Parts: sequence; structure tokens; C-alpha cells
Amino acid sequence: MSNGDLLHVVTNDNISPRRKALGRGVVWGSAALMAVIAALQTLQSTGHGDFGFANWRPTLYAYCLWATCLCWAQVLLHGEHGKRTLFVLPAALFVVSLTVFPLLFGLLIAFSSWNLSSPDGRQFNGLDNVRQMWADPFYWNAMWNMLAYSAAIIVEYAIAFGLALLLNAEIRARKFFRVAFLLPLMLSPVAVSWMIGKSMLEARYGPLARLGRFLGWDNPSFFGSPEVAKLTIMAMDAWTYIPFMMIMILAGLQAIPKELTEAAKVDGANGWRNFWEITFPLMLPVSITAILIRIIFKLKLADVVINVTSGGPGGATDTVTSFIFREYRDRSNVGYGTLLAMVYLVVIIIGMTLLMKLADRWMRPRT
Amino acid sequence: MTTQIFRDSSTDLNHRAKWWTSRVAIYGVLILWAVICLFPIYWTITTSFKMAPNVMKGNLIPWVDFTPKWIGWKSLGLSPDTIGAESTVRAEFMKRFWNSAVVSLTSSALAVGLGSLAAYGLSRFSYKFLWMKNADISFFFLSQLILPPVVLALPFLVLYKELALLDTRIGLILLYTLSVLPIVIWIMRDQFGSIPTELEEAALVDGLSIWGAFLTIIMPIALPGMVAAFILSLVLTWNEYFFAALLTSTYANTLPVMVASQTGSQGISWWSMAALSFAAILPLIIIGVVLERYIIKGMAAGAVK
Repeated sequence: MSNGDLLHVVTNDNISPRRKALGRGVVWGSAALMAVIAALQTLQSTGHGDFGFANWRPTLYAYCLWATCLCWAQVLLHGEHGKRTLFVLPAALFVVSLTVFPLLFGLLIAFSSWNLSSPDGRQFNGLDNVRQMWADPFYWNAMWNMLAYSAAIIVEYAIAFGLALLLNAEIRARKFFRVAFLLPLMLSPVAVSWMIGKSMLEARYGPLARLGRFLGWDNPSFFGSPEVAKLTIMAMDAWTYIPFMMIMILAGLQAIPKELTEAAKVDGANGWRNFWEITFPLMLPVSITAILIRIIFKLKLADVVINVTSGGPGGATDTVTSFIFREYRDRSNVGYGTLLAMVYLVVIIIGMTLLMKLADRWMRPRT
Repeated sequence: MTTQIFRDSSTDLNHRAKWWTSRVAIYGVLILWAVICLFPIYWTITTSFKMAPNVMKGNLIPWVDFTPKWIGWKSLGLSPDTIGAESTVRAEFMKRFWNSAVVSLTSSALAVGLGSLAAYGLSRFSYKFLWMKNADISFFFLSQLILPPVVLALPFLVLYKELALLDTRIGLILLYTLSVLPIVIWIMRDQFGSIPTELEEAALVDGLSIWGAFLTIIMPIALPGMVAAFILSLVLTWNEYFFAALLTSTYANTLPVMVASQTGSQGISWWSMAALSFAAILPLIIIGVVLERYIIKGMAAGAVK
């Protein structure tokens, strides 16, 4: 990253003390208003008085007001420089208020016993949830499944690379093939889970089951045994997301200068060597980006599992997300579910950091 | 019979044969994969016109194998003979469709607006918020991509309950904007990075303010990138199911939730499910076919540096 502005602007700002005072006043005034409203609402919710609030909306409005005032005050306080801050500040405030606050709140929930369907409300229960998680075979099973699902990305990558090479070759009707290959990505996973999971893979009348019988599979059942069910889910997810990797790789392929492959051809390299010694190494950075992004998406996998197998048979296809989803849907167990999600987040952050470090080391040019 | 004087040498013939086999192999694989991609869509369309026996017998080709009937669309209230009549199912479907459209369009627009501004700022100026410099701020935005939705889901459920935002469109819009914002920033940072700063410098010399320069000079140039980001966000938000299933129940339900709620019931009625699924994916198929260029552009943005 470069230091200093890329765009050098000389500004002549004479900000009067009165304007500065106004700026500070606006920020602190709106902050005070927010604090007062929040305090009043806290008092009401703890039962120290009734101020006629039906819900926490007033605090939300006060927060929005404060955020707006903060942006406005940047211009009042810093003039031209403040106007630059205005480019990033709204997005930053938006993200911070929608992630950091819920995450902190989530931490609070994670260490409490809270069942939304029971009237007791939230009760702090220390590390009980952690102990329960430690002894929960289904959660660890779901974690292992995520590892298996992520491993499937290698196969997806190989297929996507092959398709990208084909699309990059000299072919006719390239646009048709590109659109056709792209379409699975556009479809909603829920519709896909019906279209493929529930109808095409239906054991009696589904066309794929028919194909299986035609090819000599006596009793095609795609969700009967754990291994087959897991493979089927992997295949369905791959079907949706292969286009995504394919397009990233295709973009990378098109950026390779033609001279390189031509030079290799002149030097007598055949197609196979050409690929392994020119194309593949050049594509390494793009490939790693594509795989990392794909892993991030894969870790969110849930829709298909929830709708097709709901984790069955016996948790064989469960992902962490679908497991927590059912934990909430079936038992309204908010506290435990949140803890599981938090642990998952920590595992993901550690895993992704390690992967990115590894990728970084691998991609650095060897001297 | 005249004897052929000029003939291809045997090496050339060999080459010819090799060329043909490679052509056949390439097109064979391409067509096979195209079938894999398109058959589920074809199957869904045709099934929505099938009667029960047609499904049982596994008929595939309309008019040859079976006579198409409007049965699936009738159950949705969208067939020619029911389109004029009152239909509760259709009203429900239209409501969900409208919810989906409003939520995905608004949140995509919001994300593109916020994200473009942030990406522009980050590509042009150096900031220092507390201890965070430009690279840290960029990383902060992009790291949101890693956050799995399930981590936010339950805290949001509780918060929205307190804020009376549960089962409202605004609640969903906020979350969806959050979830696509990193992708928009990723794409737009790339876009703005490729625009030379001389353009703004000239505009600033001519007396425009920095916001004026952004709005009148830079935005029109970056518009294709913004369209790409918008469409990609639109696809993601239209298809989103997880948050919608958790946070909505009656009023703000989106289309994927409606499709999913039908699959849960016992005894699938193939034709109506097919019609419903097809109606849910149709807008995106149209977008995919018409605006394919932009989608590819958007996804390729981050790949090539």
C-alpha cells in the first residue's frame, strides 16, 4: 500500500472557532441524547419505572441520529478533509454497528442458558454451554463434515479449470456455452434443492434414478447411505458453484499473454508440457484466490442441506450452519446455538489465517 | 482414372486426424457439460406441465411423450384459465415475489452506494481512523466476507425482536446489505484503482469539489463496474434463504422461503413445485442470459490484478 494521498489536493480551510464548537456540539449533543434514551430504556427493561416505550426502537433512532451527526460534524470540523472522510465513514459505521455490536451481544448470549420458548428468559450459566458442546458428538461430526466438504473443492477446482481451458480454446458458439455454464450459479439453492435433490434424485421416478437403473445400479438411492448422501450433497453444491471458479480462472487465462504460449510452442513444448510448465504456474495466484474465496463460500453451505436432507441420514450430511439452524428451529435454544456459532467463527478465523499465510508463502516468487 | 499427382504427405494426414479427434473431444465435453447445466432447468420447466402419470412414466419430451397441461401453473393461479379469477395462492405468490424484489433491489442499491463510496475513498486518500490505516480499513471490510451468517443469525434474531424489526423488510434489507457489502467493495476497489488520478486532478483544477469530481467524472467511468457489482449482489440477495427463514414468518417472507416451505410437506405435488421453482428462478435466468457480460466482469474483477 502506498502512503500519502494518491490524489494531492491543496485546500485552504479556514475553520472558525464557532464552526468547530458547533461541530463538537452536534456530536456530543446527539451522543448525550442517545445515552439518555438508552439509559431510560435500560431502566424500564430492568423494571425501575415505566416511560412508555413499547420496544427499543427509540434507541435505534437515536443511534441513527448520532451516526448522521457524526458524519455531518466531520465536514464542520475538518472542512475539505472531512468531506474525504465522508466517503468511507458511512460504510464503516454501517458495518461496525451491524457486526461488532451483534457479535459482542452474541458473546453475552453464548455464555447463558436461553431458550426462547421458555418463560425464564436469559440466565448466565458460565461454561455450561462449552461443556455441553464438548460432549456433543453431532457438533463435532458437523465440523468433520465441513472438512470433508472443503476437501471436495479440489475436485471442483480441477473441473472448473478444465472447463475454463475449453472455453478459452478456439471454439464456436462460445457465448452459448458461457451462458449455459454460468446458469447454475444464478439459481437459488432452495430451488436447486427441489429441482435436483427432491425431484431429479427421487428414488422411484427421478430421471437420475432412472439413469442409474439403466446403468445397472439395482436400487438407486442417493440419500440412503451416509457416504452416498454426502457425495450427493457435494455434487449438488459443486454443480452450483463450479461456474464461479470457472469464471475466475477463465479471466486469469485470458490475461496470459499469447506470446508466452506461442514461444513455448516454438521451443517444441507439446500441449501437456505447455500446460504444466507455462499455464499452470502462471495461473497459481488466480487459482489460490479462487480456491480461498470458494472455501469461504463453502463454509457457509446450508441451504441445500437444510432443504434436502436436513442433516440426515444420521447427521452424515450435516453442516455446522444447518446443525445450528435445527438447534434453533427444533429447540429454540438460542444460548447454546450462539456458542456453537462463535466457536465455529473462531475455528474459521484461525483456519483461514493459516491458509492465507501458507498461500502467501507459496505464492512469493522464489529467488 | 487419373492418378492423383499432388497428395497430402502422411504426416499431414496424421495431423488432420489428430485435429479432428481433438475437435470432437472438445465439443463432446462442452456439450456434455452444457447438458449437465441445462437439463435440471429443462426438467423443471417440462415437469410443471406434466400430469401425475407422465411423471411416473418418466416422460421427457413434450408433445412427443406427453401432452402438456397447465396443471402446475393452475395450482399457482397463473395458467391462462385461472389468471383472471381470484386466487389465494397467486396472491401469496405475488406477495412473496414482491417482497423478494423489494428486498433484493433495495439492499443491492444500498450496498453499491455505500460500497462504491468507501472503495473510492480507499483508493484515493489515506485515512487514519483511530489506529487503522487504509490497508487495515480495507481488510476490515473484506474480512466481513469470512463471517458466516450463522454467527450473526441468533444475535440478530434476539436484537430484532427487541427492536420490533423481526419479520419486516427493513430488517432483511439491512442484513442483506451487510452481507454483500464486502463483495461490492472488492469489485469497486479494483474498478477505481484502474482509473487514473489525473482525471480528478484536472477536474479539481477546473474548480470542481472532490464530491463534484466523483459524481460527474468518476462515476460515469466506473458505471459498468457498478452495474456488475449491483447484479452480483442482486443474484446473491434474491437467492438468500438462511436469514429469510430465520427472521421472517408472515409478512416479509421472500420467495425462497415459500419454495422451501412447500418441500417440507409430505407427498410432493411435482407439477406445482416445478411451477413454483421455475417461477422463482425465471427472473435470474433472464438476468443471466441478458446480462451475462456484467456478471462475468464482476466476478473476474478480483481474480486478475
